[in-house]
Amino acid sequence: MKPKQQRLMLVIIAIAAIAGASVLALWGLSDRAAFFVTPSDIAEGKAETGVALRLGGMVEEGSIERSDEGLSVSFLLHDGKARVPVTYTGILPDLFVEGSGAVAEGQLGPDGTFRADRILARHDENYMPPEIADELAAGGSPTS
Amino acid sequence: MTAELGHALLWLAAALALVQLGLGIATLRGSDVLKATRAVAIVQALLVLGSFIALIRLFMVTDLSVLLVATHSHTEKPAFYKFAATWGNHEGSMLLWVLLLSLFGAMLAMFAKRLDPKTLGISLGTQAGIGLGFFAFLLFSSNPFARLNPSVVEGRGLNPVLQDPGLVYHPPLLYVGYVGLSVLFSLAVGAMLAGKVDAALGRAMRPWALLSWIFLTAGILGGSYWAYYELGWGGYWFWDPVENASLMPWLAATALLHSVSVLAAREALRAWTMMLALIGFTMSMLGTFLVRSGLITSVHAFAVDPERGVFILVLMALYVGLAFTIYGLKIAAVRAGEPFEPVSREGALVANNLLLSAILALVLIGTFYPVVAEAFGAAISVGPPYFNLVTAPLALLLAALLFIGPSLNWKKQSKPTSRAIHVAWLAAVAALIAPLLFGAEMTFFERLGLSLGVGLALGSLVPLMGRKLWRTPAPIWGMVTAHFGIALLFIGIASESAFTSERLALVRAGDEIEVAGWTVQVRDIRPALGPNWSAIEAQLVASRGSGAVEMLPQQRQFLSPPTMTSESDLVTRWNGQLYATLGQGNLQEGYQLRLWWKPMVTLIWLGAALIVLGGLISLIGRGVAAWRRRERNPEAKGYREARAW
Repeated sequence: MKPKQQRLMLVIIAIAAIAGASVLALWGLSDRAAFFVTPSDIAEGKAETGVALRLGGMVEEGSIERSDEGLSVSFLLHDGKARVPVTYTGILPDLFVEGSGAVAEGQLGPDGTFRADRILARHDENYMPPEIADELAAGGSPTS
Repeated sequence: MTAELGHALLWLAAALALVQLGLGIATLRGSDVLKATRAVAIVQALLVLGSFIALIRLFMVTDLSVLLVATHSHTEKPAFYKFAATWGNHEGSMLLWVLLLSLFGAMLAMFAKRLDPKTLGISLGTQAGIGLGFFAFLLFSSNPFARLNPSVVEGRGLNPVLQDPGLVYHPPLLYVGYVGLSVLFSLAVGAMLAGKVDAALGRAMRPWALLSWIFLTAGILGGSYWAYYELGWGGYWFWDPVENASLMPWLAATALLHSVSVLAAREALRAWTMMLALIGFTMSMLGTFLVRSGLITSVHAFAVDPERGVFILVLMALYVGLAFTIYGLKIAAVRAGEPFEPVSREGALVANNLLLSAILALVLIGTFYPVVAEAFGAAISVGPPYFNLVTAPLALLLAALLFIGPSLNWKKQSKPTSRAIHVAWLAAVAALIAPLLFGAEMTFFERLGLSLGVGLALGSLVPLMGRKLWRTPAPIWGMVTAHFGIALLFIGIASESAFTSERLALVRAGDEIEVAGWTVQVRDIRPALGPNWSAIEAQLVASRGSGAVEMLPQQRQFLSPPTMTSESDLVTRWNGQLYATLGQGNLQEGYQLRLWWKPMVTLIWLGAALIVLGGLISLIGRGVAAWRRRERNPEAKGYREARAW
C-alpha cells in the first residue's frame, strides 16, 4: 500500500472508531443517564416513578429520623417550595447535616417517597447543588 | 515582609516569562538566542520557586495578616497540614501550577540537549507563553499574597475532609502529571513551527511523556486509594467528573506514550503524535477548568467560582486555538511519514491508540453531556452505569490486544506466529476456561475481565522469553512490569466487582458479626480525642482462622469548621481487604457498622503500583543508558534505540 492510501485507510478507521464510540455513547446515555429533579418537580408531578433519578435539595431541619431497627433513615429534602420524603438504608456520608445540601440517587416510589440507593453530600461546608441555588434564588428564599 | 517578597518575585518571574516568549519568537524568525533563552528559563523557574517557598513559610508560621492563610489555615493545625494547606486552596494550587510550568521549562532547557536547537528555542518560548496566562491569572485575579487588613485572631481552618495524608501527596502528583504534558504541547508546537517532526523529536519527547504519565498514574492511584479509605464508601472509582478530569489526560498520555515510540522507532505516525501531544495538555486544562468552574455538580470539586472557570476556559480556547491553527497550517508539510504493515508492532500500537482515543471520547461525552443537556433545559446526570457499560468492552479489547502487540516485530511480521504467541494463546484459553468453574453469580464482563486478566498475566511475560534476563534492556523490563500490572488490575477489578461480601448491622459492645468467614467482635464503642477533633470509636477485633486483628473505625467531629467525618479502618491480607465503617447511632440503640470483605482488591493497588514501577524502570533505564553512551563517546550525536516497547 502506498503511504497516501494507508493514511486514507487510517483516517477512515479512526473516523469509524470515533463514530462507533459516539453511537455506543448515545445508546449508553439513552437509558442510563439519570434525570436531575428538584422537590418542586416531584410536587408538580414532573418526575416519573420507577426510573433512575437524582434528587437534589436541602435537608430540612429536624426531619432526620432513624427507623426502629436503626439501619434506615428518613428525612425531608426541600427546595424552598416543596418537600419530598426520602428513605435510605446505610451509612450517611460525611457532611450530611440538617440544613445543608444533599443529593439522593434512587427512584421515586408510587407512594411519593423517594428511595435512595446513595446519598451525596458535598465536601465543602458551603456547598449547595447549583440547581437548588437557582431554585431558591428564583423562589426568593435566602440561599444560605 | 515575606508576603511582599513572594509577590515581588512572582512579578519578576512574570516579566522574565515575557522575555522568554520574546526570545522564542526571535528564534522562530531565525535569531540564534538559545543560550539566553535557556538562562532565562532557569532563572524564571528559580524566582517562582522563591515565591512558592515564601507562601509555604507564611503557612508554616500561620501569618494571619495574609488573607489566604487566614481563610485556609489555623494555628492549632498540625504542622504537616499547615504545609499541605499551601496548595489545598485555589490560589496556592494555581501558584503550584505556575511553579511546575516554570520548572518543567527549566528542565527542558537543561536536559533537552540533543534536540534541534530551533525546535528547543521555540518550545521554550511556547512554555513561557503558556505560563504567562497563568501568571496573569495569579497576579490580577487570584493573588495568594493579598493582605488582610485588619488581620484576624484565628484562622478558619482547612476543610477537615482534606486533613489527611492523601491531600499532601495526591494533588502535587497529579499536578506534575498535568503540567508535564505542557512540555509535550510546547515540543509539538516548537517542532511543527521549526518543521522538524522526526525520529529525534520522538526520542526527545519520550522521557517527558513517560515522566508525566508516571506522575498521572501515581496521582490517580493515590486519589483512588484516598477515596477508597477516606470517603468510607468502599469504592475506588466513582466516575465523578473530577475523577474523569484526571482520567482523560491519562488516556491521552497513555496513547501518546505509545505513539511516541512509533515516531522514535519508525518515523511514522507524525501527524497523529503531534495531535495527541496537543490533546494531552488540552485535557489537562479542561480537567482544571472542570474542577474549578463548578460547571458540573460533582461530589468533590473544591473551588466553585464561575469567574475562575471562565478565565481558564478563555486561556484554554486561546492556547488550543493557536496550537491547532499551527497544526492546520504546518502539518501538511511534515505529514508524509513512513508507511507500515497492519500486522506489526506499530500496527498494534495504532490499534491501541484508536481504542484509547475511543475511550477518551466516551468519557469526554459522558462527562460533558450533562452540560450540553442543561443548555437545552434538561438536568441530567451521567454516572457509573453509563461509564462502566461503554468503557468495559473497549478496555477488554485493549487487554486482548496486549496479548499480541508486544510479541510482534517492528516493520513486518515475517513469520506469521512465533512460539511465544502460541504459548500466550494457550494460556489465554486456559484462563478463559478457568472462570467457568466459578459460581454463576458473575456477569459476562466480570468473567471476561477475570479470564483476560489471568491470561494477560502470563502473556505479558512473553517478551522476556528467549532473552538472557540480565541482559534484557530496562525499557523491556519496564514494559513487561507495567503490562503485568495491568493484568493484575483487571483481575482485581473483576474480583472486587464479582465477589465482594457486605454486611450492615446495628451494633453495641459485645456483639459479634460474621462476614465472608470473618468474625468481627465489637469490644467497645467509646469516645476518642485527637489534636483538633473528638470522635466516637469502635474497637473491633476481626478474626479469621487463628489470627485476630484490632480495627478502630471512627466518626470524627471537627470543631473548626464544625464537620463530621468517618474514618474507616482496613485489614489488609494478601487475598483481599476487610473494610469497616462506623455510622450514626447512640449508645442505647447501637451504632451502624458496615463491613465489606473485598477479595483480591489488593491486586488493584498492587497492579497500579506495578504500572507506575514499570514506567519508572523505563525512565531510569533510559536515563542510565543515555548517560553511559555520553561517558563512552562524548561526541556522539543522536542515538539509536528503537527496539524497546
